[in-house]
Amino acid sequence: MANTNSQHSGHGSSGHGGHHIIPFQIYIKVAAALIVLTFATVFFHWLHLGALAAPVAFLIAAVKAALVMLFFMGLKYDDKLNQVIFGCGFFFLLVLFGFSALDIWTRIKEISTL
Amino acid sequence: MSTNNHASTSGHHFAHHFRDANHEFESAKQGIWLFMVTEILMFGGLFVAYTIFHNIYPEMFAEGAKQLDWRMGFFNTLVLIMSSLTMALGIYYLQVGQSKKAVRSLAITLVCGAIFMVVKYFEYTAKIHHGFLPGRFLDVHHVNPEHANLGLYFGFYFCMTGLHGIHVLLGMGLITWVMIRAMKGEFGPDYYTPVEGVGIFWHIVDLIWIFLFPLLYLVG
Repeated sequence: MANTNSQHSGHGSSGHGGHHIIPFQIYIKVAAALIVLTFATVFFHWLHLGALAAPVAFLIAAVKAALVMLFFMGLKYDDKLNQVIFGCGFFFLLVLFGFSALDIWTRIKEISTL
Repeated sequence: MSTNNHASTSGHHFAHHFRDANHEFESAKQGIWLFMVTEILMFGGLFVAYTIFHNIYPEMFAEGAKQLDWRMGFFNTLVLIMSSLTMALGIYYLQVGQSKKAVRSLAITLVCGAIFMVVKYFEYTAKIHHGFLPGRFLDVHHVNPEHANLGLYFGFYFCMTGLHGIHVLLGMGLITWVMIRAMKGEFGPDYYTPVEGVGIFWHIVDLIWIFLFPLLYLVG
């Protein structure tokens, strides 16, 4: 425990610390981008892209999510350790998704009567 | 960063087991991020389940999504984006020492959360009134669904938006708490840790809705 603490302090003092103030303008720009992307989501929905509709909607959502995480949640300016912690959550979600998808394709789709 | 005096201008004393105020801030924030990972995994499980069943029954999900009014979801998306902005600005104003503006920003965030829940209330009552209920509660005679398992879609709809709605309500409670503390002048540029934590929680509520809106209302 003492060891991790000393490592952390070394990190904190050499880094930017936790009190980075994100400029006001950036918040406004990010919010404007999020609103534009929300309109874009609906616009692409109206185009009825068929098979592409879901990937496009998901891609826009991913960009919006990235904006929220990087700027509103301040992850861009946060400690490396916190970035890794949050990234781990998405990594394990991807693992869950990957194995579930494999199961669907190799078992349910082939033999299930669902 | 070095504080000779443990008391900050806002009157906050960091706990004795921390080296300094910054150490306390960093530790608290790390705890919040760990909590956020559990949130990602909890909602993530629902999203993975949604994807799987959507893949198995695409037509049934399309029938369900048709019953939702995308305009309400769209409006609520904009409301949550606004609330996320004012939440972030609330922290910004505390950082630059303008706590009156910070309180005002937090109050607007609270109002946005309330608007979101009111829209949600109208959506829910309409669904319940028309018998669009989860699983076996689906009013088959009233709804007369094309697909016999339409209740599955509304199971996802109510579980995902319901869990999200609970988060909005909890977030509103937390924002009220930090807003009252901000009004008492307990926060300032050198101490705003609870507001930062509540802010991160509120943004993840927005983050989840960003995925829920296209998934439930549009793609279907």
